[in-house]
Amino acid sequence: MPTAASTFAEDTDNLYFFITALDTLFFVLIMGAMGYFMWKYRRRSKDQKTSSITHSGVIEFLWSAIPTVLLLVVFIWGECDFVRQSVAPADPLEVRVTGQKWYWTVEYPKYPGVSLNSSTEEPALTLMVPKGKPVRLTMTSTDVIHSFFVPAFRVKRDVVPGRYTQIWFEATRIGEFNLFCTEYCGDFHSNMTGVVKVLEPDDFERELIKAGVLTQEEGESMAAYGERIYKRRGCVACHSVDGADGTGPSWQGLYGRTESLSDGTTVKAEDQYIKDSIYEPNKQVVAGYAPQMPSYQGQLDNEQVTAVIEYIKTLK
Amino acid sequence: MADAHSTESNYLTATTGLKSWLFTLDHKRIGLMYLVGVLVFFLAGGVFALTLRTELLTPQGGDFISATTYNKMFTLHGAVMVFLVIIPSVPAALGNFLLPLMLGAKDVAFPRLNLLSFWIYTLGSMFFLFTLAAGQLDTGWTFYTPYSNTTGTAVISATFGAFILGFSSILTGLNFIVTVHKMRAPGMTWNKMPLMVWALYSTAVIQVLATPVLAITLLLLIVERTLMIGIFDPAMGGDPVLYQHFFWFYSHPAVYIMILPGFGIESELIAVHSRKHIFGYKAIALSSVAIAIISFVVWGHHMFVSGQSELAGIVFSFLTFAVAVPTAIKTFSWVATLYKGSIEFNTPMLYGLMFLFTFSIGGLTGIFLGALSVDVHLHDTYFVVAHFHYVMMGGTIIAFVGGIHHWWPKMFGVMYSEKWGKISALFIFVGFNMTFFNQFLLGQQGMPRRYWSYAPQFQQQHILSTVGGYLLLVGFMIIAIYLVHSLRNGEKVGPNPWNAQSLEWTATASPPIEHNFHGQPRVENDPYNFPEIDRTGSSH
Repeated sequence: MPTAASTFAEDTDNLYFFITALDTLFFVLIMGAMGYFMWKYRRRSKDQKTSSITHSGVIEFLWSAIPTVLLLVVFIWGECDFVRQSVAPADPLEVRVTGQKWYWTVEYPKYPGVSLNSSTEEPALTLMVPKGKPVRLTMTSTDVIHSFFVPAFRVKRDVVPGRYTQIWFEATRIGEFNLFCTEYCGDFHSNMTGVVKVLEPDDFERELIKAGVLTQEEGESMAAYGERIYKRRGCVACHSVDGADGTGPSWQGLYGRTESLSDGTTVKAEDQYIKDSIYEPNKQVVAGYAPQMPSYQGQLDNEQVTAVIEYIKTLK
Repeated sequence: MADAHSTESNYLTATTGLKSWLFTLDHKRIGLMYLVGVLVFFLAGGVFALTLRTELLTPQGGDFISATTYNKMFTLHGAVMVFLVIIPSVPAALGNFLLPLMLGAKDVAFPRLNLLSFWIYTLGSMFFLFTLAAGQLDTGWTFYTPYSNTTGTAVISATFGAFILGFSSILTGLNFIVTVHKMRAPGMTWNKMPLMVWALYSTAVIQVLATPVLAITLLLLIVERTLMIGIFDPAMGGDPVLYQHFFWFYSHPAVYIMILPGFGIESELIAVHSRKHIFGYKAIALSSVAIAIISFVVWGHHMFVSGQSELAGIVFSFLTFAVAVPTAIKTFSWVATLYKGSIEFNTPMLYGLMFLFTFSIGGLTGIFLGALSVDVHLHDTYFVVAHFHYVMMGGTIIAFVGGIHHWWPKMFGVMYSEKWGKISALFIFVGFNMTFFNQFLLGQQGMPRRYWSYAPQFQQQHILSTVGGYLLLVGFMIIAIYLVHSLRNGEKVGPNPWNAQSLEWTATASPPIEHNFHGQPRVENDPYNFPEIDRTGSSH
């Protein structure tokens, strides 16, 4: 099993090892009996006599009853752990998770303005939690079903459009752990991964705000700030900057280009069109692309949109 | 007596010409045509699988195929293997050939319906493949909404394709049920039927009862699309998880449609080649029926983390363990049959023993997945992939290959090369375990399924798995070569080369005559009453 980093991990692993031991025992018994019979009763002569035994009530009862009891033990054990994992303790740290093709957005109601995104390019910092404090994730999807899986925590739950699902956990180990999407969601399903970082409770707030609030840094150009937004706010999932075709049009050479739209009209891609496309993406869709981009209204402010436009201008 | 038949024409030579095959009402010819179809699709499904495995040699995606191609390939692999290969493999191909022969009947109850079901299968598989290819379907064989809604109307046509194929299974199932009830030879009571017949019968019951659910799902999908009533699509207020309930309500019983016939073959292989009466006949027969019933109420174990209620999860977990018990009973009974037998290690028996090894692993690893808390970790990882390949391939396909070798001399009157049979069995045993055992380890380490690229730490096991896949290819190629070779050059065999006791061996020639039997066979003994059994010093 992978590194154990939550309070559930030990419970789950104990049952996992119990079943492994049980299975190994039964497998050795079955294969041992089979191997022994294969050797002992191999055909030595053509008319070798065989036993007339056809059944045995006692043996058949035993090999029905013993597995039944053992399976009941496994059922109850798994059920108890599962129930415990279904009910979060009072006053957890609340986190909102949104899945969409093909990245995760993580927000903290307690820390407005903080937002973390995974990236399809590389495993990026996606979720930060303090060690030793229960955390509850309330999750939903804006498009198709995804599934939130952190192997080190032994937690997994589908993230379903149109409803909220919840999981909770308490991290027990400082470090960085893998986050995977485990419900098939299309082309870049296998890139919908991220990094979960567990921090000391004292460092948590400071580090979270440092990582989760996106502001222009001192001496940073608008275009460079725009590039950070492009990478951190999910644009990169669908729009390339090297001319490669993606789920959406590439940004290379976009600024000033005349685009044909799906309704037959054309538009020149300048500041106003780009801004409109970020806030109301499905109003003027470029011909040949599906209207499936989510709106960034409320997620990117005016200044950030301007930075993105400045960045696009540099992509000749 | 049976020797007298050998000079006269058999079902293969009785009539000639393409039409005599395409419009035949002979269950044996229909069975053979199914067999050819199934094997062709098996080759195609295997090629898709090896394409996937080749891409997975390296962690980064794209050094062999693109993500889009990869996703279409695993959809094709899963859909073809499930709907076109495993479901019809044993019942429609071997079952059609064997059922009337084993019962001592001239044909199935409704020969015309049988031909119709073959044609529906043929047309259905064409339609299904066309849909998958033309619709660029990349949803996986499960067609989960709402993802499948984003691929045009492909989900409707794919479900329709599965339904057409399902209709063919319904007709075959109905035919088999009536045949078993009405056409058993005089003297063949229910307790004297070969266990293969019990397995085919239980399967037929599931086919008839479960497949209509596909039609209901299809109807709901169409209603949603045309009347814009939100049923599965969250954009219209529907619930995508409801689709999963419908899908698995059919597809979980379908898992038993796939494995029960394999159990039937296993019983025949083990008993005949160890010259022993099958141990616990009644337990094996009734456990098939028990599995058929319980299989209808375990579908929710595919959905422990889907957002279904915790209570539902608990109930489904309990029922899942309940279905494990009859399966365990069968396995123990097969091993016990070997006790004090006279075991011959010929090719069919090697597959029978291989089945016990691989299917035991498949069954035992199901316990991990039935346990709620452990399943949360393992769900949708390679552990699940490994588990169902050990059951579907290590169970059904291994039994199917064993069955082909066991009944090959009956079907064609010739024997294949025993030496090459053993060599290829070794390739398949090593290749299979190398491909899939690693995947348990990958899965418990957290490697999710349906990934085109993956974290570098998983590479070593992926390489082993791919090499295993190629060994499997070699094994199956060897089988294909020596079986085809045997058709012309194989040694001719008599009616009963294994000295088995069921009617398909004792009462007709190899290959059988067109109408199966010269007279009406009668049954006095049970089918596992071998002459080697020592009745004098009865240990019982």
